[in-house]
Amino acid sequence: MEVGLNHFLIVSALLFGIGLFALVSRRNAILVLMGIELMLNAANINIIAFSRYGGLGVDGQVISIFVIILAVAEAAIALAIVLNIYNNFSTINIDEVRTLKE
Amino acid sequence: MDNPLLYLSISVLFIPIISFLILIFFGKRLPRRGDWLATGLLFLNLIISIIILIGLTNSGVYSISFEWFNLGASPLFGELRFSAGFIVDELSAIMLVVVNIISSFVHLFSIKYMEGDKKYHRYFAFLGLFTFSMLGIVLTNNLLIMYVFWELVGVSSYLLIGFWYEKKAPYEAAKKAFIVNRVGDVGFFLGILIIFTTLHTFNFSEIFAGVEAGRLSGGLLTAAGVLLFCGAVGKSAQFPLHVWLPDAMEGPTPVSALIHAATMVAAGVYMVARKFVMFSPDALTVITYIGAITAFIAASIAITQNDIKKVLAYSTISQLGYMIMALGIGAYTYAMFHLVTHAFFKACLFLAAGSIIIGMHHKQDVGDMGGLRKKMPITYYTFLISTLSICGVPFTSGFLSKDSILSASLAFANINGGFHYIIPVVAFGVAALTAFYMFRLLIKTFYGEPRNKEAYDHCKESPFVMTAPLVGLAILSFFAFYTPNPFNAESGWLVKMLEAPEMILAGTSGAVYKILPKVEFLEAVHHAHYTAMFLSLLCAGIGILAAYLFYHWKKVNVKKLTETFNPIYKFSLNKWYFDELYDKTIISGTFLLTRVSNWFDKYIVDGLVNGSGSFTQFSSKVSGKFDNFFVDGLVNLTGGIVAFFGLIFRKIQTGRIQTYIAFLIFGILILFFIFRDML
Repeated sequence: MEVGLNHFLIVSALLFGIGLFALVSRRNAILVLMGIELMLNAANINIIAFSRYGGLGVDGQVISIFVIILAVAEAAIALAIVLNIYNNFSTINIDEVRTLKE
Repeated sequence: MDNPLLYLSISVLFIPIISFLILIFFGKRLPRRGDWLATGLLFLNLIISIIILIGLTNSGVYSISFEWFNLGASPLFGELRFSAGFIVDELSAIMLVVVNIISSFVHLFSIKYMEGDKKYHRYFAFLGLFTFSMLGIVLTNNLLIMYVFWELVGVSSYLLIGFWYEKKAPYEAAKKAFIVNRVGDVGFFLGILIIFTTLHTFNFSEIFAGVEAGRLSGGLLTAAGVLLFCGAVGKSAQFPLHVWLPDAMEGPTPVSALIHAATMVAAGVYMVARKFVMFSPDALTVITYIGAITAFIAASIAITQNDIKKVLAYSTISQLGYMIMALGIGAYTYAMFHLVTHAFFKACLFLAAGSIIIGMHHKQDVGDMGGLRKKMPITYYTFLISTLSICGVPFTSGFLSKDSILSASLAFANINGGFHYIIPVVAFGVAALTAFYMFRLLIKTFYGEPRNKEAYDHCKESPFVMTAPLVGLAILSFFAFYTPNPFNAESGWLVKMLEAPEMILAGTSGAVYKILPKVEFLEAVHHAHYTAMFLSLLCAGIGILAAYLFYHWKKVNVKKLTETFNPIYKFSLNKWYFDELYDKTIISGTFLLTRVSNWFDKYIVDGLVNGSGSFTQFSSKVSGKFDNFFVDGLVNLTGGIVAFFGLIFRKIQTGRIQTYIAFLIFGILILFFIFRDML
């Protein structure tokens, strides 16, 4: 069976769903960040798949490079925030970090 | 305002008020509590007023008016301009001198009489206030200002009658005097209002001009005249408002001499004289008869009184009645002449009575006196001279003035005839009664055996400051000061100076009375003069003789006589029961009225107020209930609904971002399914 666009899209959708689930259900800030990474990568697979099978061409590859860079930057900042949270609250459980609420 | 006499008269007016102000504020701190200051200022005033009188004899009338305030135009009266002003003419100049002589002598007398009193300085201050107000009445040329001073005189009289207000009788007397005067003053004020509404002015000469032009005439003029006269009835203690004057004797005796014998009570006479020319025949009839009735009633009461001051008080009322009667019959000159002479001898009598009262250690009942002639010679002789004068014995001033009035009354009856003959009959009868009661008083006080031995033994002649005014006033009771001819006053300077003005309505006649032109009237008086003189001497002689028969030689048993004529005696002794009559009618009527209005107030007015109160209370309860159940219920319901939904929706707001994301995804998916056809 020839691997086609649909297969990629299914993989990407599954990956996005797993990422979303991690984002919504995890209490650990690191795992939430990992969920976000998964969703970004699912988007990347989608874009690459369209650049190969759709009419997107080299543009799709450029966009996905941008997304990877963006993900790196985001991960660096978010991890820094998580580190600071840990320094201040001695935990990274996002349920317990609720000073803004109060 | 270029005449020095006007400046002098203004200073005469204001010097006593300066004395009042200084004494009332600083009197306590001044040496001798300021009596020298008040007395000195008054003697200065006397000198100035004599200068005015002398200065006036060779010049005319001075008057000055200035605008006091202006209330602008009114639809009814046009422009409401109120002016104030002075007038210096013969009448006011003579009154100035009289008031100042009496006032300064009374000041001098009071230094000893009031010695040691707690409120010594205040007494002199009040005397100053009184003199100021009296001079204000005399000097003004304006009805409104006259009314102001008229009331001021009433106030100072009130203050002085009630000077010893710690005791009950003086303050009761002060209240009585004030309230009775108020009755007359209401009439006075209504008269002023009639004049102002018709003539739009208060100025005397403008009023007279208005009457002459006929802008105020007929019944309204009579009403204005009678109402103005009401003021005089109150102030000059005429029937039926004479009841306050005898009670006013509760004040210090010098005050009685100054205010209630010589000056203030003469203010009514002066006021009528000032407006003399404008009275209508009917108003003059009222004035004549009121005067005659007063003269008779007071004389008949005076013959049985036993309090020395009460006798003098009723004698004053009687003599004031004479003056008023004289004005009524048109004898303006003689009324004012009698006012002047009466002021001196009556002030002298009162001051002599004061001297006796001091000598007798404040005993006033003639029953306690007797035989004082030897103990108090100066007081005796001055009292004798004044008594002779009031009785109308020749060579005294009283003879001249009384004789003039009696001739005028006879002339009046001759002219008008008919029942008007009652006027001279009353006048001559009163002359006889006056002679009788005055000599009764003289004999009971100074002759015979002392009836109260203890008081008699302690009695001694008063000191110089008290006898000096007595002597001065007694000397002024001789004829020589007024005229060179002891039997006829016509040639005297005073009568010439007080020449009667021609009446505006002269020659017109009212219901019962015709006003004659001045010349004809004087002619008639001349004609009646010798008859009147003879009759008046006869009357005085009979009165004096009767008094000697009754009380000195004891030829007639007085006790038996009073028992025979007991009802008449009692009637006179109890002052014709005037006080009782007023007590039963006016005073209890007033009390009844107060009770009725109290009942009205309590049940009707209070009922209305309470009724509206309870109605408000009831309606407030109803609306309170409505508020509690309906309005609050609605508000609470709204709140409850909001709270209910809040309770539900707060569950969603967990504050966890992940929940929100889950909702977000969920929402997007729902939207996606809804709108998928459009993609």
